[in-house]
Amino acid sequence: MDYDLIVIGSGPGGYTAAIRAAQLGLKTAIVERELLGGICLNWGCIPTKALLKSGEVYAQLSHLADYGLSAEKPAFDFTKVVARSRAVAKQLNGGVAYLMKKNKITVIEGVARLEAGRPAPKVIVRPAKGGPEQTLQAKAVILAVGARAKEIPQIGLKGDGETVWTYRDAMTPKACPKSLLVVGSGAIGIEFGCFFNALGAKVTVIEALDRILPVEDAEVSAAAQKAFEKRGLTFRTGAKVTRLEAGGAGVRIKVEAGSKTETLEAEKAIVAVGITANIEDIGLEALGVAIDRGHVATDASCATNVPGLYAIGDVAGPPWLAHKASHEGVHAAEVIAGRAGPHLAAPIPGCTYSQPQVASVGMTEAQAKETGRKVRVGRFKFSANGKAIAAGETEGFVKTVFDADTGQLLGAHLLGGEVTEMIQGFAMAMTGELTEAEIMGTVFPHPTMSEAMHEASLDAYGVVLNA
Amino acid sequence: MTDILMPALSPTMEEGTLAKWTIKEGDRVRSGDVIAEIETDKATMEVEAVDEGVVEALLVPAGAEGVKVNTPIARLRGEGEASAAPPAPPASAAPPPPAAAGVTPGPEASDARAPRDQGKDLVNAGGERPDPALSTPPSAAPQERASRPAANGEGRRVFASPLARRIAAQKGVDLSTLRGSGPHGRIVKADVEQARPGQAPASAPQDQQPAAPAPSEPLRQVRSLEQMGIQPGSYELIPLDNIRKVSARRLSDAFRDIPHFPLVIDCEIDALLAARTRINAVLEPQGVKVSVNDIVIKAVAMAIRQVPEANASFTPEGIAIHKHADIAMAVAIPGGLITPVIRRAEEKSLAQIATEAKDLAKRARERKLKPDEFQGGTFSVSNLGMFGIKSFSSIINEPGGCIMSVGAGMQQPVVRDGQLAVATVMSVTLTCDHRVVDGATGARFLQAFKPLVEDPVTMLA
Repeated sequence: MDYDLIVIGSGPGGYTAAIRAAQLGLKTAIVERELLGGICLNWGCIPTKALLKSGEVYAQLSHLADYGLSAEKPAFDFTKVVARSRAVAKQLNGGVAYLMKKNKITVIEGVARLEAGRPAPKVIVRPAKGGPEQTLQAKAVILAVGARAKEIPQIGLKGDGETVWTYRDAMTPKACPKSLLVVGSGAIGIEFGCFFNALGAKVTVIEALDRILPVEDAEVSAAAQKAFEKRGLTFRTGAKVTRLEAGGAGVRIKVEAGSKTETLEAEKAIVAVGITANIEDIGLEALGVAIDRGHVATDASCATNVPGLYAIGDVAGPPWLAHKASHEGVHAAEVIAGRAGPHLAAPIPGCTYSQPQVASVGMTEAQAKETGRKVRVGRFKFSANGKAIAAGETEGFVKTVFDADTGQLLGAHLLGGEVTEMIQGFAMAMTGELTEAEIMGTVFPHPTMSEAMHEASLDAYGVVLNA
Repeated sequence: MTDILMPALSPTMEEGTLAKWTIKEGDRVRSGDVIAEIETDKATMEVEAVDEGVVEALLVPAGAEGVKVNTPIARLRGEGEASAAPPAPPASAAPPPPAAAGVTPGPEASDARAPRDQGKDLVNAGGERPDPALSTPPSAAPQERASRPAANGEGRRVFASPLARRIAAQKGVDLSTLRGSGPHGRIVKADVEQARPGQAPASAPQDQQPAAPAPSEPLRQVRSLEQMGIQPGSYELIPLDNIRKVSARRLSDAFRDIPHFPLVIDCEIDALLAARTRINAVLEPQGVKVSVNDIVIKAVAMAIRQVPEANASFTPEGIAIHKHADIAMAVAIPGGLITPVIRRAEEKSLAQIATEAKDLAKRARERKLKPDEFQGGTFSVSNLGMFGIKSFSSIINEPGGCIMSVGAGMQQPVVRDGQLAVATVMSVTLTCDHRVVDGATGARFLQAFKPLVEDPVTMLA
């Protein structure tokens, strides 16, 4: 037996699982085909936040007068903006390497595939630097190989690295395009749309459903669209892409909206229509691993149908979020070490780092009503919050959805500045099963934007104080 | 202030019973003083103070069961240090959620209720009716941990999420009857939703409309003695202590889940008895007296050397063949049975085994064994010969794959070379876990064992 546990993939799910397993005394190895930290840290969450910060600061410069300030000829150097984002990713990549070393986790650079084995599938690694294949046997294997951008080549929705980008190309362009079409208005599409818009691109976001950010509460979608439009983005909702053509001067996308058809043109396009799990070329089929709607099927222990094989994160299905992957990684490691805590099913918050930001956890108002519950809904606008006014961040609101019978917080939906830093408060309340009474009885510090969370909860029960 | 925490008496211990306090509030303790006795699955151990000071408060009452390791159990005040605010209520590792504080019994209850009352007022302001869980008087609220169904009316505290409390009150579910599946055994919403509405708490408000009461049928409970026709008052009830509870569970599991079979063999032990007399004469100056059982243990260890497959445990990963004969010997103690272990018996002399067995048995009866002294035997020996029992078969004592039941040595007619003769015959029964020890393996072991006890000199070979 070479290891107690081999983790395949070192993204936020995989490397977290490895650390937790090492903490629990398991002899652990992690296999990575490219860069430690995976997509999140090298090509996803983190470098995009660096780009978005540049965009946000630059956009602020045009509002300096609001704060009584002025500056001469604000400008940007696009290559430096991208270089900073890469430097941030590189720093964190080094951080993961340090964490692996500190926890005595063996890092194996190479491409892994699985073959039948006992008590877990064998892991065969083709080293990245060449040399003979290595066959490793562990007591358990965690598959954390993630996902990639979904493409629909039949209608031309396919990255070419030049004029049609996936998230990965969009992170390292040589220059800011003058015009940009974004297909898909989920978090990825909206974030890139906001970034390029802030740096001066003319951005149009195309969404097949009738509203942007379709997983969010309908009120948030509507208010967010208005806020983005105010900043210059344009939207085509309820618009189905029938064809994307690239070449010549740029990109042309044919869309169908109801009975109308339209051709949109731009210099570049970003395909952000979703995520598809990396289930190919790992030997899953030969092992008989059960696949459900394109991802590896797992149970509440993150176990697959193959003994000794676990799957976490994007490869195991939505929501495709780094923190969901880490949460599952910890749980899977604890299951394997025989030390699993009772809870896997905690509510998973979702965040969009646009300007303004969007954050939510739990059910939307519509979803809550669909369950047949009687609900109490509370709202509080940041325009009535002292700190938000002082900071000039008065856009947006907090919305709470409570079960009218039990006082259970079913969901919370936020739009506004830095709301992604606030949503964990509601997530904790939901995970700890607090009722409205404890949330109301909690002292929120003044002056903070988080007071809007308190007020929105009070509002659900008709006792809002500052509105 | 220094908190004294519930100690872990073994690496695997998660909780224990605080059997007895030997100090009281106001006592001065010094490092090394015995302050309490703690009962785990099989042992009672004394806890010594590490720090010096005056006992400010005992946070856990004597007799409290299921006290989690690292829970504060008492609080010491340093010399000259002023008496402080009421101590925090005992919590299971994590501090209780704010709302849970409201059900803390004792003098601190009134303080701890404050934040909850605040919450209640806000609810009322919103036109909601008072939360029945909030309005439950603290005296009626059960205390202590809830990872097991807590007995009613013992003032135990129940850890439950605020939402679980509210839904329980609405459904008329008594939280103290539930098992918590949340962190540290906390009762969460799912636990309450799975429970059937049974007895509503006595304090449930009138305007509550609990769900239609389903037939009251407590889960997993055998019929009571009354239901089986035994009149109340016609018996005395001895409460179950930890030893009884644990052995009841382990024996049920083992007998039900392990496929087992007995093998019986008769051994003539006249030579053994004669040898024992001579050995004891030699050892007498050292004050050591070897029993028949000590010789049986030695013979078992020697036989294991010849047939190591009989010294095995079943695990899902494979069959563990133990490298040493760690012989567990069954010792009857008041209120139960315990199996102290003689480690590496194959390497020990008879005198060593006899001395060790005597010491272990004595300390077992005093319940002074440490967990590592009665856990992890690889092969068990149980002897009822001294009661005149001819033969019996024991229940597998995990993790060992075999247990030998030793009967009384009795003079019996035997046939030797076609002639009747008289011999002292001892019947032994080997109960085997069929998953690790097959019939032939068990038989080979007994074939190895029999000549060793019948002619103990061969143990020198």
